[in-house]
Amino acid sequence: MTQEKEITRVQELTYELKVVDVMTADIIAVTPQTSMKELREILRTNRISGTPVVEGNRLVGIVSIEDLIKCLADGEMDVSVQEKMTKKVETFYADEPLVRAVSKFDRYGFGRFPVIERDQGKLVGILTKGDIIEGLLKKLESDFTEEEVRRFRRYRVSQILKDIIADKSALIFQYNVVGQDFSRAGESASALRKTLLYLGLHPQIVRRVAIAAYEAEMNIVIFTKGGQISAYVEPEQIKIEAHDTGPGIPDVERAMQPGFSTAPEWVQELGFGAGMGLPNIKKCVDEMDLISQVGKGTDLKITINIKGRGN
Amino acid sequence: MIKLQKIVKELSLEIKCAAHNLDRQVSGGYASDLLSDVMANSKKDNIWITLQIHQNIVGVASLKDLAGIIIVNGRQPEEEALKKAAEENIPIMLTKLPTFEIVGRLYKLGIPGMGDAEEV
Repeated sequence: MTQEKEITRVQELTYELKVVDVMTADIIAVTPQTSMKELREILRTNRISGTPVVEGNRLVGIVSIEDLIKCLADGEMDVSVQEKMTKKVETFYADEPLVRAVSKFDRYGFGRFPVIERDQGKLVGILTKGDIIEGLLKKLESDFTEEEVRRFRRYRVSQILKDIIADKSALIFQYNVVGQDFSRAGESASALRKTLLYLGLHPQIVRRVAIAAYEAEMNIVIFTKGGQISAYVEPEQIKIEAHDTGPGIPDVERAMQPGFSTAPEWVQELGFGAGMGLPNIKKCVDEMDLISQVGKGTDLKITINIKGRGN
Repeated sequence: MIKLQKIVKELSLEIKCAAHNLDRQVSGGYASDLLSDVMANSKKDNIWITLQIHQNIVGVASLKDLAGIIIVNGRQPEEEALKKAAEENIPIMLTKLPTFEIVGRLYKLGIPGMGDAEEV
């Protein structure tokens, strides 16, 4: 089962990765005028079995250890590379997906392919089977590490809540909301949502919390000079408290009516303040308590049950 | 279900950001310019049609896990909105058409609305 999945992932990676991602960009190349004797030294000192032949930036051939052996046997070590190199070179384009390269390796049986840029034909790298394997392994490893980190994070925090032995326990997150700043409006709700998802809470629950927190945050941004949003994550429920220090709601009952709004026109033009915030909150929570005093401020307390409704 | 990619192609939308995230399946559509309304009524993986261009649309789309935003009437989103959308990986697409027309075309492509969408 697992193995099947991994094979699929490797195949997937060969589509995701491009030749340029795994090739060796540090190229050792020779010129057509290089002698076979010099080539022998280059291959030996770099421990490679062949090199591309370039003139300026342009690829004109490829020469391998086999060509060298032939010259040795024939005693032709003084001739230049251009007489012995393969001139019709099979190449890859840098932006080709790796899967095409893999099939070409199979088809031709060569050990290496020069990699060229599609537009200019400039030589930019060289690709061997070893490069492909190394590239795939590196990518798999980084995927694996990311997944591990995610899993570890999720496991750890969701387990903490379960493992705590106490008559009452809660994780508390507090967010400061800046009033009148629309450029940052929604950030607290967004941060809370991400945090709860990390905690491993059910996405349906998280969605409801996010909507309620968003609307509460928007109210603080639109109408006040600022405040706080606090979330208490308990084993059975999530409580959210939105607190601000004014101006307060004169008629709470009216404020709860869908469509009733006291938001200024410019705010409404932005698509806010449609008189739906508080009704929206009410729709997605299990308990809601709104206490407001004109001139003092507003406290909104809501509860969303983790088990039960709408789950 | 239909992919964002196909919608962009069929309706010649101009894609402004998160162009690599077009592989997403679209569960349905929702059209509204009131953010609270979208918060309340849009569904996960919906495509959202609006004329709002400020960055808070990205917040809403992110919180509701929407598939993408289509901005109508040839309006250009604000710089900050694009920046945030790129961060949150939410595709923003533009059309010169007004809401009524683009919604009609989306519907014709087979994108369902609330009434005919499966509960997500």
